[in-house]
Amino acid sequence: MSTLTDPPKDSFRLSMLINDTRYRSLTFQALAFLALALSFMYLGNNLIANLRAAGLNINFGFLTDTAGYDISQKLVEYSNQDSHSRAAFVGLLNTILVAVLACVTATVFGVIAGVLRLSNNWLVSKLMAFYVEIFRNIPVLIWIIIIFTIMTAVMPAPRAFRGDNATATMVFDAFAFTNRGIYTPLPWFANGIFESQALNWLLVLVVACGSWFAARRVNVWATAKQEATGERPNTLPMLLGIWLAPFLILMLIMGLTWEYPALKGFNFQGGIKIGGPLIALWFALSIYTGAFIAENVRAGIQAVSKGQTEAAAALGLRPSKVMNLVVLPQALRIIIPPLISQYLNITKNSSLAIAVGYADITATLGGITLNQTGRAIECVLLLMAFYLTASLLISLVMNVYNASVKLKER
Amino acid sequence: MTDQTTNSIAFVADGNIPQSPPPARETGVVKWMRENLFSSWANSLLTIVAGLVIYMVLSGALPWMWNGVWTTSSLSECREVLAGEVGGCFSVLSERWNQLLFGFQYPQDQYWRPTLAFVLLFIAGAPVLFFDLPRKMLAFTAVYPFLAFYLIWGGTIMAPIVAFLGMGAAAFVFQTYGKGSFALGFFGAIVAAFAVWIIGGALIPEGASETAMLQAVPSRDLGGFMLNLMLGVTCVSLSVPLGIALALGRQSDMPLIKWICIIFIEFVRGVPLITLLFVASVMLSYFFPPDSTVDLFLRVVIMITMFSAAYIAEVIRGGLAALPKGQYEAADSLGLDYPQAMRLIILPQALKISIPGIVNVAVGLFKDTTLVSVISMFDLVGMIRGPILASTEWAGVYWELLGAAAILFFIVCYGISQYSQWLERRLATDHR
Amino acid sequence: MSDLAIEREIDRTKMSVSDEVAIQITGMNKWYGQFHVLRDINLTVNRGERIVIAGPSGSGKSTMIRCLNALEEHQEGQIIVDGTELTSDLKNIDKIRSEVGMCFQHFNLFPHLTILENCTLAPIWVRKMPKKEAEDLAMHFLEKVKIPDQANKYPGMLSGGQQQRVAIARSLCMKPRIMLFDEPTSALDPEMIKEVLDTMIELAEEGMTMLCVTHEMGFARQVANRVIFMADGQIVEQNEPEEFFNNPQSDRTKQFLSQILGH
Repeated sequence: MSTLTDPPKDSFRLSMLINDTRYRSLTFQALAFLALALSFMYLGNNLIANLRAAGLNINFGFLTDTAGYDISQKLVEYSNQDSHSRAAFVGLLNTILVAVLACVTATVFGVIAGVLRLSNNWLVSKLMAFYVEIFRNIPVLIWIIIIFTIMTAVMPAPRAFRGDNATATMVFDAFAFTNRGIYTPLPWFANGIFESQALNWLLVLVVACGSWFAARRVNVWATAKQEATGERPNTLPMLLGIWLAPFLILMLIMGLTWEYPALKGFNFQGGIKIGGPLIALWFALSIYTGAFIAENVRAGIQAVSKGQTEAAAALGLRPSKVMNLVVLPQALRIIIPPLISQYLNITKNSSLAIAVGYADITATLGGITLNQTGRAIECVLLLMAFYLTASLLISLVMNVYNASVKLKER
Repeated sequence: MTDQTTNSIAFVADGNIPQSPPPARETGVVKWMRENLFSSWANSLLTIVAGLVIYMVLSGALPWMWNGVWTTSSLSECREVLAGEVGGCFSVLSERWNQLLFGFQYPQDQYWRPTLAFVLLFIAGAPVLFFDLPRKMLAFTAVYPFLAFYLIWGGTIMAPIVAFLGMGAAAFVFQTYGKGSFALGFFGAIVAAFAVWIIGGALIPEGASETAMLQAVPSRDLGGFMLNLMLGVTCVSLSVPLGIALALGRQSDMPLIKWICIIFIEFVRGVPLITLLFVASVMLSYFFPPDSTVDLFLRVVIMITMFSAAYIAEVIRGGLAALPKGQYEAADSLGLDYPQAMRLIILPQALKISIPGIVNVAVGLFKDTTLVSVISMFDLVGMIRGPILASTEWAGVYWELLGAAAILFFIVCYGISQYSQWLERRLATDHR
Repeated sequence: MSDLAIEREIDRTKMSVSDEVAIQITGMNKWYGQFHVLRDINLTVNRGERIVIAGPSGSGKSTMIRCLNALEEHQEGQIIVDGTELTSDLKNIDKIRSEVGMCFQHFNLFPHLTILENCTLAPIWVRKMPKKEAEDLAMHFLEKVKIPDQANKYPGMLSGGQQQRVAIARSLCMKPRIMLFDEPTSALDPEMIKEVLDTMIELAEEGMTMLCVTHEMGFARQVANRVIFMADGQIVEQNEPEEFFNNPQSDRTKQFLSQILGH
């Protein structure tokens, strides 16, 4: 038996830090860490020196101070005696409001335009191509300003609705389009079950959720029936009943009443006022992002090969079934991920509110509060933290979706 | 065979049936209209609606444009000329055209300088955008940034020359030592550049700008569409190298470097550009040395560059991922080290695939340069909303101005995106 | 192309041609824009016939069989499938499509559905079959094409040959009386061609009426009862396989055969 010798043990040499793959990456990372730490120290030092020179410090205490400014578009109670943090909260809700509204309408515009662009109607498809190109290639800020200008410079002033020789009239006596915003009727409950209108609306929401669950049950039942007998029962009347009946009954019980806007003095009173800035931002974001969504929808549908439709048709499936069972399930997998990034873009672009004076979080926290308190660093950091959180949440949704629909191959 | 039919199936064609034209109802305008406009009642309805929309838009817009007035000096004069008829007051464009392009503070007798820089931009950009052009043209591309800087800002010619010499020294050092060791070449190049800049900077005499051949123009006097173009071009070109570095870093095996890159990219992509512009306008100066003054233009360029670098990094990461794994393995098996493999094999291919994506980011970024108007810089939108609409002559001339801005942006963005599509088609047919 | 792939004895007991007409094409013409793709096609197919359609690419073979189940529309002439005339009437198209199965060159399986779901989709939604019954039927045909064990996998996980056999099973689940094959083996590797051809031979042995566009001349020789040669959008020659291969009449046929058989 020969003696086994241990493999030669390298003693550690300094050159191995560069030449040995085991240490090399550690060396680089240490260097990178050093560089990062040094630059942070440098920036931090500058910051401290600058702050000291300006007599400032980093302190979030200003958030509890009185804001002192008014916000006209608000979802929750707010007055100029409330704190800066309350103002920021109002702004945050306004951001969410306009983002959600714009996401919904942008999806509607985008899907319609994307589908019509694929239509075999030459005129319509060219018109949609024109829409997409025009809106994709002009900055959204310009669109926001254009629509805001329409709202403020073209719409009549409330006083134009007054008197015998009024130059403007309300639409159906219910909607007033003025340069201060659009007034619509406000639904409210005359004899609601709860004291507060908000709780009553919550009840409506609960009932709607109930209907949704019931509708799902009906679909499950219809599928089971189809699996057992082959015939899928016609669920449409049942679904209509499930959605409408409880809703109508609830409205009747709680005495749904419409409060119409009416001209009082120099302005409209009552009803819901949707301010010009909100309309401008909402509409511009929808129509601009809609153009991008239209492209995604078109690409998604086109990505499902012609062979798929042909195979389905050759099996005897009707065009509507081909669409529902074969094309859409495949197209949606392609459409939804970019659609979610468009929602992210809408949320980020809603920060352009500041250009038209819509009180979103950028305009309140990053605009007026920042200017009044001079707390630039604190305000901007909070602002970024908010958008970052929103982005991460939306990306999370996207990743979960992607993982759940990934096509299984090999 | 048992299974033949009794009658013979043998058949031979007598001759060639000639190509004949389709029946009359299958050709011509009528058939085209029937197929493309009125194939079903739903389609006919769509056609009619679309026709109505087009008619409404054109019947409103055409007379307005046709009756437009181009030669008055204020809105009230314009209204007099129109005398109640529908018509645009385009005289605001003819009168304020230079302000729309250059801002309201750029010296009027110096307009030729940015114009020349703009024209030269095409020559400098051509070899980057079109691969077929002679590679020698890239030499001009390398000189262009310094030339354009000199033309637009003016002042002493020494500053751009020193800057150019610094870059030249860096390139020389990298060429000489970079072949042996990438790290040595890279860091040597940085040291060389800074050495030249510091020595050169010290040699420029104090007050050289006042006596310079081209009058010095401070950054705050830049404005108009020129500002949008400058921000767009500068930030996109600066962010490509940064984006490459970030993309490579994100793919790195070293966890620390990878995570630094991921955090940077996701952070920047997660916040709106406007918050980064806020950083530039109110926060960034806190991070510079106390007695230094870094002008707003530079601060904005820094932030926008970071912004677009993160997006470009993601595009390039896609390009890197699209390369077949074999390319990486082939490069490794040839004995190339990491910098060589990247520089010679991987990046040239990955960048080529990424160009359409990078161009899309560039279009988006160019549109986003209008956001600087929010932090009170007078770009095209800032000029319109600020000085022009606020002036007594032109208060209320919205559509002509906004329309002109929209058309200017449309021309540039549509042009670039057509280029990107052309390139995509070409890359698809190219044998990469 | 090869004469390979078919080694076993072919059982011809059920391969009989009846007098009943399955497909009748009279004077069919088709144009793509100004281009005359199909010129005066006349063809009668009896029940139980196995017809192979050959010809150079661009000769209109695929277009012709795609006209038979209205994947392409024809502009002139008459097509009667199983006694139903093919017009733009949706009812007729539905009826014909549920009687006629089709296999494509690129299989066109639905990638988002499992093999089993691919097979049961049409029986459930077109034939209104209960799910259990449809699944039993699908398993029956999957066993026939010898891949019952793959039923719960997705198409992307199968080899090309397996995918094409699933495509055949998917068509069979509709119990078609006529099968159309549009170059079913052209996209397959050589070793997979055999398994697909075997499946097609089994179908023929059960008496299925088949129209195959294919370059597999071995299949044509041994299974077909008639070979049709098309060129420039017209039927140039047709004959029994023996005669067709050994004694071609027209020059274009001779030229084509010399190219494809390699002598």
